[in-house]
Amino acid sequence: MNITRRQALALGAGAAVVTMTALPRLSLADTDAVKAAIDAVAGGATPEVANVTLTAPEIAENGNTVPITVAIDSPMTDDDYVTDVTILAAGNPAPGVATFHFTPMSGSAEATTRMRLAKTQDVIAVAKTSTGKVYMDRKTVKVTIGGCGG
Amino acid sequence: MISRREFLMAAVATAAMTSGTGFGGLGRLAAQQALREEDLLAFRPLGNVTLVHLTDIHAQLMPVYFREPSVNLGVGAVKGLPPHVTGADFLKMYNLEPGSPEAYALTSVDFEGLSRAYGRMGGIDRIATVLKSIRADRDANTLFLDGGDTWQGSYTSLKTGGNDMIAAMNALKPDAMTGHWEFTYGSDRVSEIVESLPFSFLGGNIRDTEWDEPVFEPYKIFERGGVRIGVIGQAFPYTPVANPRWMFPTWSFGIREEEVQANVDAVRAKGADVVVLLSHNGFDVDRKLAERVKGIDVVLTGHTHDALPEPVKVGKTLLIATGSNGKFLSRLDLDVRDGEVKDFRYRLIPIFSDVITPDAEMTKLVTELRAPYADELSRELATTDSLLYRRGNFNGTFDDLICEALIDKRDAEIAMSPGFRWGTSVPAGQPITVEDLHNATSMTYPEAYRSEMSGALIKEILEDVGDNLFNTDPYYQQGGDMVRVGGMAYTIDPSATIGNRISNMTLLKDGSPIDPARNYVVAGWASVNEGTEGPAIWDVVEEHLKDRKSVTLEPNRAVKVVGA
Repeated sequence: MNITRRQALALGAGAAVVTMTALPRLSLADTDAVKAAIDAVAGGATPEVANVTLTAPEIAENGNTVPITVAIDSPMTDDDYVTDVTILAAGNPAPGVATFHFTPMSGSAEATTRMRLAKTQDVIAVAKTSTGKVYMDRKTVKVTIGGCGG
Repeated sequence: MISRREFLMAAVATAAMTSGTGFGGLGRLAAQQALREEDLLAFRPLGNVTLVHLTDIHAQLMPVYFREPSVNLGVGAVKGLPPHVTGADFLKMYNLEPGSPEAYALTSVDFEGLSRAYGRMGGIDRIATVLKSIRADRDANTLFLDGGDTWQGSYTSLKTGGNDMIAAMNALKPDAMTGHWEFTYGSDRVSEIVESLPFSFLGGNIRDTEWDEPVFEPYKIFERGGVRIGVIGQAFPYTPVANPRWMFPTWSFGIREEEVQANVDAVRAKGADVVVLLSHNGFDVDRKLAERVKGIDVVLTGHTHDALPEPVKVGKTLLIATGSNGKFLSRLDLDVRDGEVKDFRYRLIPIFSDVITPDAEMTKLVTELRAPYADELSRELATTDSLLYRRGNFNGTFDDLICEALIDKRDAEIAMSPGFRWGTSVPAGQPITVEDLHNATSMTYPEAYRSEMSGALIKEILEDVGDNLFNTDPYYQQGGDMVRVGGMAYTIDPSATIGNRISNMTLLKDGSPIDPARNYVVAGWASVNEGTEGPAIWDVVEEHLKDRKSVTLEPNRAVKVVGA
């Protein structure tokens, strides 16, 4: 290996920036409809960006049917379980897509669905627990014209 | 680092002799004297595992000219980092002599002059020689991996449905491959081929849309030199976006980072001592993936056609970039003990076709494969008075020629040609043969469409493709270079955001600004939409060349890049 010190430093700097941008973002640009929808689920509490894993393609293969999976880290016991998770499409005129309800009998809090996204936007998952905690995650899904690749 | 210095020393005489141009055969002779086969093959073996990597050969069985990009911009965190370093900056970063064989192989600097001295690169029979020499010493330790984009890109691969490449590659005996353009033969054909392959086709990120089940083996564990090597395949994540999804409608791709991690964990759990990702993600996607997925020792990168003389290290992960079109073969020796890589030695082996002796058996096979098409392949269409090339972020001269042909023969105001990274070069003064034209156009959806688009839609397309190239998050980059445009000038600021990169769109024929509300007649090719109609692009270009004995393509001044 023959990387110079300058290159090594440059690489190190690059890595740091990547790590920072990889942190989940709380978008400041949410529309009132999205904020209202989050509030409706959270009951006014500010959701903590934790414990929810939203899996969605970075670029949609077909905007008409985008597969997403949401999984919430929870013991799912009678004392502490996820009651529901709501999926929002931040760029759709009516952001609400679906709400999944769980009980301790569910065993795990995980759901998969497909949704329509007309344009590039954030998909948001807001989850509530029986102990009153509210968690969220978000992911940008790009909807592109396609072609020209390779 | 080994042998680069030896290689440079061997090349000093050549460098001194190539400052002028017009050496022709004499220059090539000089290259042969300065460069010896044993220098190209020299490698002090290390450790217990040898990985050999070939990728993005794009069906080039024969030696080719391929000019590396002069513009290959990085954005965001990777601005100015390899592989986003080109030309003189590249020479400086890697301490290469201008005019040296490596400078010719790795950069666009003085490509015209140096191509006369050093000749063509690649050729599967030369690759066979290098591979044989590696295996001669290290057969029990060697794993040969093909990164994909192997079956598409030439006249003979199109005519044979990829059979020519499959025959040639089978003779090289790879241990595994992954894919991208392979899928443009359609899911039935791909499934049929994969079943017949005497090695594994790996793709951990391909699932069927109905049951969300893996379509291909995600990984395979090999044993070499007493070391268990877990190889995970990662096909091009955006195949259904960049290429026609209707050709493989039930296959879903994607980066699927969490799947990659799960597969790394799975091969480790099954006892892999070392984990290799055989990837067609593209370099920047792989760099980000290596940051985030834990436990990958080596990423053999592909797709973006980058050739780097040294590995890029991300944490403990080594990223290897082997270039394209058969110009290079990578050899990475690893010393693997106690389940980890203790040491490594790497060489990007340049395949100088006039220096490396062709393997006789492979030459015979290639000649047989090409024989039915030999007359057509060598048929001359016109002569080019200037270098034709494609690779680079923005318009190359070969695409400018294609755009001219589209405007001319399809009676259009504006032409669009996709920013593919494949497509070989034709030096000035040489005939443009059917083979050359097909090297720049050969594909299963070549229809040249003609349609009307509003100025607003044209801008939207340019913005969309621009974001697929210059989004600061590599996971949102789709892969190709910028769409090539004919008949229209524009300015682009790669550092801006989508919707704000493109400005000053001007119709070249009358200098008028592009009117968002007016409709323009646009001709293009390689549409991903099903049912696209029109003549094949190679017929359009051939028709255009028929009226001309020779062509001259001036350097493109219609695309202005700012802010980068």
